[in-house]
Amino acid sequence: MLSRTAENLYWLARYVERAEYIARTIDATLRVTALPAAYIGKTNEWESALLTAGVSASFYEAYPEATEQNVVEYLAFSPSNPSSIKNCIEAARLNSRSVRTALTSEMWDTINSAWIELQEVWGKGTSSREELARFLRFVQETSLRFDGSAYRTMLRNDAYWFSRLGLHLERADNTARILDVKYHVLLPEEEHVGGPLDYYQWTSILRSVSALTAYHWVYRETLKPWLIADLLILNDTLPRSLASCYSNLVRNLDQIGVAYGRQGAAQRHARGVRNRLEHSHMDDIFQHGVHEFIQEFIADNSRLGEIITKQYLI
Amino acid sequence: MAVAFDEMNGPGGDLRSAYRELSRWLKETPPDALEYRRQEAELLFRRIGITFAVYGDAEAQERLIPFDVIPRIMSAKEWAVLEKGLKQRVRALNMFLRDIYHGRDILRANIIPDDLIFQNPVFRPEMNGQSVPHDVYVHIAGIDIVRVDADNFIVLEDNARTPSGVSYMLENREIMMRLFPDLFARHRVAPVERYPDELLSALRSVAPLSASAEPTVALMTPGVYNSAYYEHSFLADKLGIELVEGRDLIVKNDEVFMRTTEGLKRVDVIYRRVDDDFLDPLTFRPDSALGVPGLMSAYAAGNITLANAVGTGIADDKAIYSYMPEVVKFYLGEEPILKNVPTWRCREPKDLAYVLDNLSELVVKEVHGSGGYGMLIGPAATKATIEAFRDKLKREPEGFIAQPTLALSTCPTCTASGLAPRHVDLRPFVLTGSKHVTIVPGGLTRVALKEGSLVVNSSQGGGTKDTWILDE
Repeated sequence: MLSRTAENLYWLARYVERAEYIARTIDATLRVTALPAAYIGKTNEWESALLTAGVSASFYEAYPEATEQNVVEYLAFSPSNPSSIKNCIEAARLNSRSVRTALTSEMWDTINSAWIELQEVWGKGTSSREELARFLRFVQETSLRFDGSAYRTMLRNDAYWFSRLGLHLERADNTARILDVKYHVLLPEEEHVGGPLDYYQWTSILRSVSALTAYHWVYRETLKPWLIADLLILNDTLPRSLASCYSNLVRNLDQIGVAYGRQGAAQRHARGVRNRLEHSHMDDIFQHGVHEFIQEFIADNSRLGEIITKQYLI
Repeated sequence: MAVAFDEMNGPGGDLRSAYRELSRWLKETPPDALEYRRQEAELLFRRIGITFAVYGDAEAQERLIPFDVIPRIMSAKEWAVLEKGLKQRVRALNMFLRDIYHGRDILRANIIPDDLIFQNPVFRPEMNGQSVPHDVYVHIAGIDIVRVDADNFIVLEDNARTPSGVSYMLENREIMMRLFPDLFARHRVAPVERYPDELLSALRSVAPLSASAEPTVALMTPGVYNSAYYEHSFLADKLGIELVEGRDLIVKNDEVFMRTTEGLKRVDVIYRRVDDDFLDPLTFRPDSALGVPGLMSAYAAGNITLANAVGTGIADDKAIYSYMPEVVKFYLGEEPILKNVPTWRCREPKDLAYVLDNLSELVVKEVHGSGGYGMLIGPAATKATIEAFRDKLKREPEGFIAQPTLALSTCPTCTASGLAPRHVDLRPFVLTGSKHVTIVPGGLTRVALKEGSLVVNSSQGGGTKDTWILDE
């Protein structure tokens, strides 16, 4: 297929995934900030929402203070924030238009309808928490519908695999960013088990990767920070864990490699990262520093993005 | 201006036979049912994303062309005449182009003045002596046809460069079949759905000699911001070929390749929807970012077929248009089946004098304009507009032609105040391959939605209709 088509499919999936992630971040932050101050301490949760979205620096160029209103506006609707939900959906639609021939009509319909709804219903933003909640649901449903229609309607060929590469690469980056911002509340040293402060931070982390229920099913335990880290980093059964993202990346890259009869740097690099995840234990990771581990992972992940681009997309 | 010929209720209000069933159906159908279907059609168009961009209209970057649900109907007999005339016309266009870029018999026979060719900006000296596979220059032609009475089809314009609109012909039919299955059941409408197949086989038939037995065809678009982008992606999809932009292509050793995820892949035929000027920055406009450097040298080496060929603009130029009846006779030795609109060439002093005296009666068009831009419709214009145009004409008479205001035929159309006659034209699409000239029975009917308006261009508020050719 055309390199540009593959590139558009890859980015289309990334934008949709990112929009959903931002929506989840806002949603999780809303829940935490609704708690009495005694439960969450003095940290500004909106500030950490900006950090997990990776847009803290650019935010402060436009706004003096990280208030709920400012941050929601910036993350959800701001035209000047390249990763705002609005911009993600618009970029997704533009990418879809460029590759209409490679999309199934269900996928196109999902993106096009979302884009139309964005203009017609959400053109002026939201004016209440109820409206905001409805908007966030709309974004998450769009992502689910897009993902579902890709899964159910696309031919299993390179178009599908490149789209999945974008999805899993973006997802891995998002999960890693939450861990990067919140790793300090997961450190065993700071453990005051059951203390209300961290408890709500932990639920918030799990909620932002839709893993709160999953946690209980997997560990059948009350929330423990090291288990949360284990779930998000190493547990292959959780779709948003780093390990699961890399199983998928390796599989999709292998499928491309087989179809094209050729392996390359992207396959090798992805396998390397996956192997490291497979052979790690949380004890070691804590010992060597969660923060360093995550930072290294984020660098490795974006390196994979560069290699894929170089190998296939240009 | 004479009273327009109505295609349903002919002269004297007699119902014409092709419309008999429709008329009966319209009487049975309550008006609000039509309105409901119209809304449904609009929703479908918007969801599919069939939009076009209007240049210079930032507000409405993507607009829908209004769709009128009342079909325009022609009998098999009428179509047979039209089809024959169109094939004749397109054959002549191809022979004319072959001649202009080679022996130039027609100039030596003094049928067309030399300067009209050589000083014409759409004449491409790069094409002199260049051979193209099977001598086909215009693979896809969109010939604009109007009617003024029951018997005559008149060519308004030959579009031989990158004619658009065929996606509307196909999508309008799809949507009509979804909305009005009962109405279809009561007619025998000739299908149009084989157009993509015919187009693909025409394109493959003109592949260069150096191509493999299974030539690779691609559709080249200027990109998502082009007004016809929807059509480009629609056609690429229907033909099952790659939709490429200039940046997807690269020329190496005079061969054209596309960049794919598996490396470079050779392309043999490009159905290009990019204007000549933007094809190759090395040959034409150096500032073009849409083109492919070196494309013209691959073309000269005979390793790529461009459809349509480069330089076809010289055949559909409005100044050349007026010579088309002579062109048909010269190459084919036949009387033209389709008539021309009588045309005054403002470059000729006698004609100019007449035009200046009768501006309020005439339609004056820029020779190099298109899309209904920059024209004067005398009877509808204010005095001031006419005077402003008079100055333009005097300053540069060779830039204009003038034609009488035609009483274009009308068809019943849904309006705010119920069904009413509105003026229409027709653009059938004529395909030329190595062996055959083919036309699917139908075309794009454009309708001027404003009462009395004669301008059918979508950029000027026109709409479209499905066009039915009845199979007897």
